Amino acid sequence: MGTSDSVQERMQVPRVEECLSEERIAHLEGLVSQARTAAVVLTQFTQEDVDRIVKSMVLAGLGQSQHLARLAVEETKLGVMEDKVIKNMVATEFVYNYIKDKRTVGIIREFPERNLVEMAEPIGVIFAITPITNPTSTVLFKCIMAIKTRNALIFSPHPGAWRCSSEAVKIMYEAALKHGAPEGVFSCLDSHTLQDNAYLMRHKDVGLIDATGGPGAVKAAYSSGKPALGVGPGNTPVYLEKTADLNTAVVDIIVSKTFDNGTICASEQTVVIDDEIYDLVLEKFAELGAHICNEQETELLAGTVIDPLTARMQPTAVGQKATDIARLVGLSVKPNTKLLIAQVYGVGREYPLSVEKLFPVLSVYRAKSIDEALRVCVDVNHAGGLGHTAVVFSRNDEVIRKFSEIMNAGRIIVNSPGSVGAVGGVYNDLVPTFSFGCGTGGGNSTTDNVNIYHYLNIKRVARRTQAHMWFRVPNQIYFNMNAVENVRQFPSYSTIIVTNPALEHLGYVDLVRRYIPEGTHVHVSVIPDAEPEVSTVTQGVEALNFYKADQIIALGGGSVIDAAKIMKLKYESPGADLEELATPFLDLRKRVIQYPTERITRVRLIAISTTSGTGSEVTPFAVLTNKERGSKVTLADYSLSPDVAIVDPQFVMSMPRGLTADTGIDCLTHALEAGVSSYASAYTDANAMQAIRLVFKYLPLAYQHPRDEEARCMMHNAACIAAMAFSNASVGVNHALAHAFGARFGVAHGRANALMLPHVVAYNAAVPTKFLPSPYQKGYVAHKKYATVADLLGLGGHSIEEKVQNLVAATEKLLDQLDFPRSIADLGISLEEFTRAMPDLTKLAFDDPSWLSNPRMPLMSELAELFWKAYQGRGMAVVAYASRQQTV
Amino acid sequence: MAMTAVWLKIDEETVVQALQHAGGRLGSVEDEVVLDFSSVRRIDPSALRVMEQFVGIADDKNVTIVLRGVSVDIYKVLKLVKLAPRFVFSN
Repeated sequence: MGTSDSVQERMQVPRVEECLSEERIAHLEGLVSQARTAAVVLTQFTQEDVDRIVKSMVLAGLGQSQHLARLAVEETKLGVMEDKVIKNMVATEFVYNYIKDKRTVGIIREFPERNLVEMAEPIGVIFAITPITNPTSTVLFKCIMAIKTRNALIFSPHPGAWRCSSEAVKIMYEAALKHGAPEGVFSCLDSHTLQDNAYLMRHKDVGLIDATGGPGAVKAAYSSGKPALGVGPGNTPVYLEKTADLNTAVVDIIVSKTFDNGTICASEQTVVIDDEIYDLVLEKFAELGAHICNEQETELLAGTVIDPLTARMQPTAVGQKATDIARLVGLSVKPNTKLLIAQVYGVGREYPLSVEKLFPVLSVYRAKSIDEALRVCVDVNHAGGLGHTAVVFSRNDEVIRKFSEIMNAGRIIVNSPGSVGAVGGVYNDLVPTFSFGCGTGGGNSTTDNVNIYHYLNIKRVARRTQAHMWFRVPNQIYFNMNAVENVRQFPSYSTIIVTNPALEHLGYVDLVRRYIPEGTHVHVSVIPDAEPEVSTVTQGVEALNFYKADQIIALGGGSVIDAAKIMKLKYESPGADLEELATPFLDLRKRVIQYPTERITRVRLIAISTTSGTGSEVTPFAVLTNKERGSKVTLADYSLSPDVAIVDPQFVMSMPRGLTADTGIDCLTHALEAGVSSYASAYTDANAMQAIRLVFKYLPLAYQHPRDEEARCMMHNAACIAAMAFSNASVGVNHALAHAFGARFGVAHGRANALMLPHVVAYNAAVPTKFLPSPYQKGYVAHKKYATVADLLGLGGHSIEEKVQNLVAATEKLLDQLDFPRSIADLGISLEEFTRAMPDLTKLAFDDPSWLSNPRMPLMSELAELFWKAYQGRGMAVVAYASRQQTV
Repeated sequence: MAMTAVWLKIDEETVVQALQHAGGRLGSVEDEVVLDFSSVRRIDPSALRVMEQFVGIADDKNVTIVLRGVSVDIYKVLKLVKLAPRFVFSN
């Protein structure tokens, strides 16, 4: 509990800079040395050890509570002996009740669901400043906390309370020592000077300063450069609202404001009362022993108890009885008067009684409305009470909520006494304390009721958590020849077939229509054979709305299916902002922009793929071009995944050879990248490996013999299977390079992938220059996974290095079989042109999010190197291991 | 010249006495004193004081103090009081 500045000033030794003598320094060093030794020895103590000592200290404090209270009142001439007994008992019994079962040694808290454990580490030596207003209870409280947390304390009591405070230290020390605490664990300065305090506050072996006192002491503590708990004065506003239980409120305020003659800094200072109940409330106060001052008395009172120069309370009034103050002022009051009440008409210097008054003088304010009442409470709060305590009496939850919202106070006490309420554990479940943190409003580091956890360094032991992963694909996938027949099992009122002109021309639309159930209204939307544009999507959504479609059949390659996905999104959620939804993200589950979950209508999306590469029929991705803005956005969310995928090879039987090769290598790249991705899992690996196996076996056949039904069928399946892998594991640096290169030189995606692929495999197989953090993987495994692929393909090799080299060679051979250009130079791009493009290329590739899931974090220089290797082509993809110690 | 060493077992109940006894022997011919702490679980302020004096004497006489079997808890205590660098630790 803080002490007012004026009290500090009254009791403070003169603020004169004095050099400490050598003898004094030696004395202070001795105190610190023995405290440090004690603290070190305490580190060996168990929870049982400290609990045993704490209990003995609590019993000793309880036994001496009356003795200490009497000493305090005799010495300080402040407060009420009977109330100080209660304070001492709260500081021991109530604090003990709170801490007795708390763990403060070793593991103190466990959060198994978060794989987190908190462990205690003592602070060491704590330098404690204690106030004049609560001189013994604060000492008892701090000593108990210190032993419970295995720390040693050096006390600097307020000089006006040195005898009683040091007696409290002695009682605690003897009890602790008797039950096993190390010698030197508590000590007390034998006199009090600011120089001693300054020396100890800056001492290298003092770990923490716990300053309970006036602003000067708190400021000195925080200025020392040491970690500090500094808690200071307040100015508690009270709102007595018209719905409150007035009898309870009036008694509670009297209890609180007269407790220890108002020396607790959380006690009520100005009560703001609603106009409707104002007179009644004052009557009740008067009935219970309060003297209501008239205007003349109020003026006299203010002039006596408040210093007109500083606008602060007069030290002579602090902790004095109401009758004594009345006598001081010259007021005629009844002998049993408990409290002096004076009306104020505002807050600030011109209303002297609106400041903190640590004596039984209460100011009251008549408020004409809730707004006015709350405004005045804010004014009081800001007139020296920021961060401390505020009190509200009301039955109206909305008033309580509003009051709590606008008050800047560490404690908002509701329908109970401010001082005893703030102490905690008596009227509420606040942590019992004798130090009220006031937050930054009061220049403090905490708003808490200071407690044992502030005397601990808390270590968080964070175990690695097994990251949750996922495997999400459409729940209906129909594959193999004539799988399109399955369309008939999906009833629909109105279906729109989205396709492109070439496919319509090939008669594929009619083929699909054949299987649409009778009675369905079928409409065909033919869109350009190119990456979907905003205008294409807009027109498609208009058609969906016009025909009130409940089903979309996307018949085509990646572009058509992507367009249909976006049409579905905009049809179901017209407010979806595509640019915003394309915001990049690092982790799907933590992305900032969420896809809409509220939909005004529902439409089923059936995707029938007509190429064997992108796998768009099962992926959650869609690319949209905005020609007007010259931009392209990639949308990614599982809500984009089609509801049904149909993988029927009859739609790819007439695919040209070039397209077969391009899309086939795109499929292989998907599988290889998903296989080594930092998001790879056993689920995606199974798909990736199978897709790789199918591509190596069937892509050359499909290329050489386009009418080979089995080869077409297996490649069509491979594309879908690979897409299931990369839909969940994503791709990697190969795609980042291909996107950049393809966009810059207008090269088809599959072809661009092919140019990079051998080099990227070799690159990923080497020990990374820079590792990418990935909670999903244990260790670096890319090279081992490539070796597994080589084994799966029967490529031979004894070491990982050999196996990876064989995989690179097999990839090169496959590309040869598909008649791919084997270098960027082979495309006719000159060295000069490529050199000029290189800065843009590397930047574009680095900006591409695809590499975020690559096992190896690519440096810009490495991206450039990969581009150069691709430029030169064959023979450059050498598995250049940095380490030869790799083993299977 | 042959190196001479003395090995002393320290008992938890009598750490102070044992160290005082060892300190008394530092004036003789040993180059190295091995103090076996394997049965000591905890040390108190008085033991720490004696250890500080002990290493002071050892430093003066150029004798190496080897602490054997020190638990990590006691090692941390010696570290906190900044005595650890003045010993050689052995298992």
